[in-house]
Amino acid sequence: MPFSCEHGAKSAYDVTHRNAEDEPVASPVPFDYSDRVLKPGYTSCLGCGEALAMRIVAQAAGKNSIFTNATGCSEIFTSRYPQSSWSAPWIHSLFENSAAIASGVYYALKHKGKLEGTNIIAMGGDGGTADIGLQCLSGAFERGDEMLYCCWDNEAYMNTGIQRSSLTPLDASTTTSPSGKASWGNDRPKKDLPAIMAAHGIPYVGVGSCGFYRELPAMVKRALSYRGPKYLQVHAVCPLGWRSDPAQTAVLARLAFETGCYPLYEIIEGRTKPHRPPKEGWKHVEEYLKPQGRFRHLFRAADGADQIVRIQAGAATNIRKFYGDEAVPAFAKEAENKVAEMAEKKAPA
Amino acid sequence: MAKEILEGAMAVAHAVARCRPEVVAAYPITPQTHISEELSQIVADGDLEAEFVKVESEFGAASVVLGASAAGARAYTATSSQGLILMTEVLWNMAGMRLPVVLGCANRSLSAPLSIWCDHQDAESVRDCGILQLYAEDSQEACDMHVLAFKIAEDRRVLLPVMVNLDGFLLTHVFEPTELPDQALTDKFLGSYEAVLKLDVDDPATFGAFCEPDKCMEGRWMVHDACLRSLPVIEEASAAFAKAFGRASGGLIEKYKSDDAETILVAKGSISGTIKDVVDEMRAEGKKVGLVRLKVFRPFPREAILAALKGAKQIAVVEKGGSFGAGGIMSPEVKEVLYDAGLRIPVSGFCVQLAGREIPPDGIREIIERVSKGERQKAYEYFRLKKELLPDLVP
Amino acid sequence: MANKLLSIEKLSIGCVAPPGESLANKTGAWRTQRPVFKQKDCTGCRACEMLCPEGCIFGDPKKKQFDFDPDYCKGCGMCAVECPVDDIDMVMEEK
Repeated sequence: MPFSCEHGAKSAYDVTHRNAEDEPVASPVPFDYSDRVLKPGYTSCLGCGEALAMRIVAQAAGKNSIFTNATGCSEIFTSRYPQSSWSAPWIHSLFENSAAIASGVYYALKHKGKLEGTNIIAMGGDGGTADIGLQCLSGAFERGDEMLYCCWDNEAYMNTGIQRSSLTPLDASTTTSPSGKASWGNDRPKKDLPAIMAAHGIPYVGVGSCGFYRELPAMVKRALSYRGPKYLQVHAVCPLGWRSDPAQTAVLARLAFETGCYPLYEIIEGRTKPHRPPKEGWKHVEEYLKPQGRFRHLFRAADGADQIVRIQAGAATNIRKFYGDEAVPAFAKEAENKVAEMAEKKAPA
Repeated sequence: MAKEILEGAMAVAHAVARCRPEVVAAYPITPQTHISEELSQIVADGDLEAEFVKVESEFGAASVVLGASAAGARAYTATSSQGLILMTEVLWNMAGMRLPVVLGCANRSLSAPLSIWCDHQDAESVRDCGILQLYAEDSQEACDMHVLAFKIAEDRRVLLPVMVNLDGFLLTHVFEPTELPDQALTDKFLGSYEAVLKLDVDDPATFGAFCEPDKCMEGRWMVHDACLRSLPVIEEASAAFAKAFGRASGGLIEKYKSDDAETILVAKGSISGTIKDVVDEMRAEGKKVGLVRLKVFRPFPREAILAALKGAKQIAVVEKGGSFGAGGIMSPEVKEVLYDAGLRIPVSGFCVQLAGREIPPDGIREIIERVSKGERQKAYEYFRLKKELLPDLVP
Repeated sequence: MANKLLSIEKLSIGCVAPPGESLANKTGAWRTQRPVFKQKDCTGCRACEMLCPEGCIFGDPKKKQFDFDPDYCKGCGMCAVECPVDDIDMVMEEK
């Protein structure tokens, strides 16, 4: 069993057997899905961070929304013909054109004078957004087409079986960037997609997380208060692809932020507003990396510690960028020094 | 209405404008560019109330019109060559989702090497996806077929995307006397587009679901079936067009002096003009030759073609494309129709133009004379290939 | 209205699906463990209700009563981990 409980929180696998007398009584509240935009019965994995994020965002957008979806997990698990989970109008076309389809919907509604009061929500995973979908996304945003584009960032092409994307973090093991005797996994840092979207001069860029689920509805509402294209990226933990405990999805998502590995912020009318920093201070990246099987190789190999140092240095850069140099903890600055030393050692005489 | 001397592409742009598309998205590519430029000017001048979308590629253009059509708007795009095949993924998607988008294609050759000149390989390479295909012989037909295209596409018995093909440069950049479809007549003929199923917050539905093997084959077959069901719809629409506009621009095929012909040529597009001239000359010499011109290539009008060809002694299929490594495109389809009917009329296939190679009247004459001798080509022939250009290849 | 044209027995034109039919897919059949809402220390914070990926936890924060819908609960255990007062346990499904 690849799951780790070392940080002390409860695991779904820490089970207790109960007798029949301990069965719960009848539910105190009715199970009423009538006002849900996304109906249950979708076939996402247990503990899916993307399902959580999408459920919340769709609900915040509301039934007066037209949704477009790229090919990927979110599309597949909600549209198994004829059992669609969507009770609002929804269209999936191809892997790479969610934004262009949304543009088409926008122009049609605009022409018919039906735009007022209707949200256009385009959705895609990191693959359908940052890689194959980037052209249509940039085109739609450059044109100023009305839409809120939501990227469910689970950091790889998960639906096709965990292949590396441009949003896969450094050293993550995926099936196309596997760790091995000659490889530490993905050898590139995560592409800064929110910065690319901000460069289109749009009124709202938001980076949220499935671990900060209480904040997502407000982010959606803030985004939708603006006209034109808006971008919302949500860090979505994938227990299958990350090889993590499904019960720990929200905990892991919060650790991603609390270690500086995944900064959360909004850029509203050009001004960056970082998420308030963690109350208990910034944590060491190991706390985030250790529970994930996709980073397991860093803890097993003898010089994996050097890679962890690099990741820590990367987190230091993130913290400095959003909170200033004084905010960077000492252990993170140490990591940066160590990385500089390692580079000097490698440089030719 | 009077005829005007108009450049083909410009005429098409105005004809499309009269169909009142609501969303137009087109990316420039030679030789289609004048169509999209003129349409954007028409919108800019306030002469067409439409959204002209400045897309970032043909893939974007096709996706935008797919989304617009799904939201219930009448939508149009135009392209050629590389742009068309870049749209291929979306065309399959449009047909599968049964969206009545109209697409104008200024037929142009495919890279590599790059050529901006005419042949039919672009449109032929997307012939399987369920998009209906019409081919214009001249500028007038190119205009009228666009009106017909919207009528056919939006018919509830069809609901498929329709492509109107006009030869790149040979039609797009040539000035011909053309009568643009009258606006009032066009409004009456087409009406406004009312989608049966669309993205609508008051009536939600899910488009583009994934479908498992136990059901998906039937879903696909329904596209094929819709293509076949469009045949009588095309004939109906063509008859209605002729009645309303007084022009026989529609129909499945044109029979030109073929009823008693012994040698019949089969072709589509503007080359038919050259062929008709040669047919006239040779008829004056007493030779029994004729032309069967395909106006509709998809669906392949089997019955009409069979009826037109069954009396021939020999047939030459004159094409502007081919399937590399195999043979022709139309040739095998013609042969299949005859074979299925138990007819063993010799059919010879000729590729007469790729990448804009000129095919003068004496070339058509040569083909007719060779075929009339009763010789049947054993293989698809790339006509008048300049062997002196070919390098020494190891045999 | 479109809804009348869309059935689940026969394919529709374009394979357009009617809205919300996934309710018929009871994913509760997937689970190997289920949550038990002990209702001893509940503060009504609604964390469980908000973070369930299936959205199948319902409750009344004023009465501090919450429960899960066994038709859809996949047994991921996120609610048990998240509950700040440890008021949810996970137990093996016994059938």
